[in-house]
Amino acid sequence: MGFMKALRCRECSREYPIEPVYVCEFCFGPLEVVYDYDAIKKALSREVITGRRKNLWRYRELLPIDGEPQAGLDSGFSPLVKAENLAEVLGVRELYIKDDTVMHPTLSFKDRVVSVALTKALEFGFDTVACASTGNLAHSVSALGARSGLNRFVFIPATLEQSKIVASIVYGPNLVAVDGNYDDVNRLCSEIANKYKWAFVNINIRPYYAEGSKTMGFEILEQLGWKAPGNVVIPCASGSLLTKIWKSFKEFKMLGLIDSLDTKVFAAQAAGCSPIAAAIKAGVEVIRPVKPDTIAKSLAIGNPADGFYATAAVKESGGWGEHVSDQEIIDAIKLLASTEGIFAETAGGVTLASAKKLIESGRIDRDSSTVVCITGNGLKTQEALAGHTGRVHHIKPNLASFEDVMKSIGR
Amino acid sequence: MAVKVRIPTPLQRLTGGKEEVEAAPGTISVIVGALDAQFPGIAERISEGGKIRRFVNVYVNEEDIRFLQAENTQVKDGDEVSIVPAIAGGRS
Repeated sequence: MGFMKALRCRECSREYPIEPVYVCEFCFGPLEVVYDYDAIKKALSREVITGRRKNLWRYRELLPIDGEPQAGLDSGFSPLVKAENLAEVLGVRELYIKDDTVMHPTLSFKDRVVSVALTKALEFGFDTVACASTGNLAHSVSALGARSGLNRFVFIPATLEQSKIVASIVYGPNLVAVDGNYDDVNRLCSEIANKYKWAFVNINIRPYYAEGSKTMGFEILEQLGWKAPGNVVIPCASGSLLTKIWKSFKEFKMLGLIDSLDTKVFAAQAAGCSPIAAAIKAGVEVIRPVKPDTIAKSLAIGNPADGFYATAAVKESGGWGEHVSDQEIIDAIKLLASTEGIFAETAGGVTLASAKKLIESGRIDRDSSTVVCITGNGLKTQEALAGHTGRVHHIKPNLASFEDVMKSIGR
Repeated sequence: MAVKVRIPTPLQRLTGGKEEVEAAPGTISVIVGALDAQFPGIAERISEGGKIRRFVNVYVNEEDIRFLQAENTQVKDGDEVSIVPAIAGGRS
């Protein structure tokens, strides 16, 4: 038995039953799950949580399902790495990396949201799941959907790189390459979603899917010893992850699972696509859409659906927004790898580079604790580092040749 | 000549199934008021307290009014106004 009461429009508060709908019929606002927090407070405690398996479902009362979890039983509970080497380089007292580069099974935080979406799709009785994606989401729907025995339709732009195609098609989905750019694919998917009775994870299942992002926030609080950090830096594409992490912190506070909440939330974007950071810096509510131009393709959303709410969360928490250049992204990927042994995708470079700038500008207090959210694995975006890494030493198979290398590096 | 206003499918029930209606020139606020006189209930769907709702986009000749003068944007004879609900989905 779940703890959901209804779906509610975030704009006009009209309520809807728990169904695969996502937009308010009246004012076109997005729908969000409403929970019975009084009942959850009675059912959920630190002891209940810690007595469960270390996956994202240990917070199941705060996730939008009615029955048992049916997907992602090995997903979630990624490491919170205390980053002492990096803290020293950046000149901060206490720094942590929330490391979703090692998420089971497809190495990005999308396994969190897809686990929830697929469980919900099965509860609704769908036999087919679908998505439009250029990367991480396609991989996750393809993989987790295979394990759940669902038919899968994954729509991609025809120009997508071969490595990303392989990382989806190996799981055996129906992979549909559309002649057009991402916006064309998305528009087509909206039409398909109207015609076919499928669970489009980020369209008609979105209110449930998006709730899965909260598990990243719950885990951070639990792993810090049931405490909220001073600062959290979160990458923004649609703005949904940031909005949901902030929501997760507030839920834990409301339920008494943490004693106090005084966290500043920071939005990280690439300079080539920074509509949310730009709105925060300008102090305006209106998100001005942009045409993305950045190596951080997983963050390249020019017209972010949750931009308004992300901006509001940052403002409410007393945080700020930052954006960084492609070169700063590359430098940050290399910095994280060389200090902490973690290889992040370009989005992770955006987040760390933004954190660095926020520390340098004084927006992040060097004496308080900071969590940097790294959402995906660098093996997925290796092409971004071409020409930017150290040189390989090529030698003959003899000792003299190796001694030359030792001399050349001054050893 | 008048101003052409394009009506999205979810609101065509209010316009008797018409995809395109006409209004006299004026500001967006005035046009919304005039539409509501013609098709009662339409103003409430697309605006609240005189402001266009956040998940409704209004374009004048393809330019979003948020980047013109918002509700005070002047619409002239022959201009085209489009009302388009934002799809509240993501693309990531």
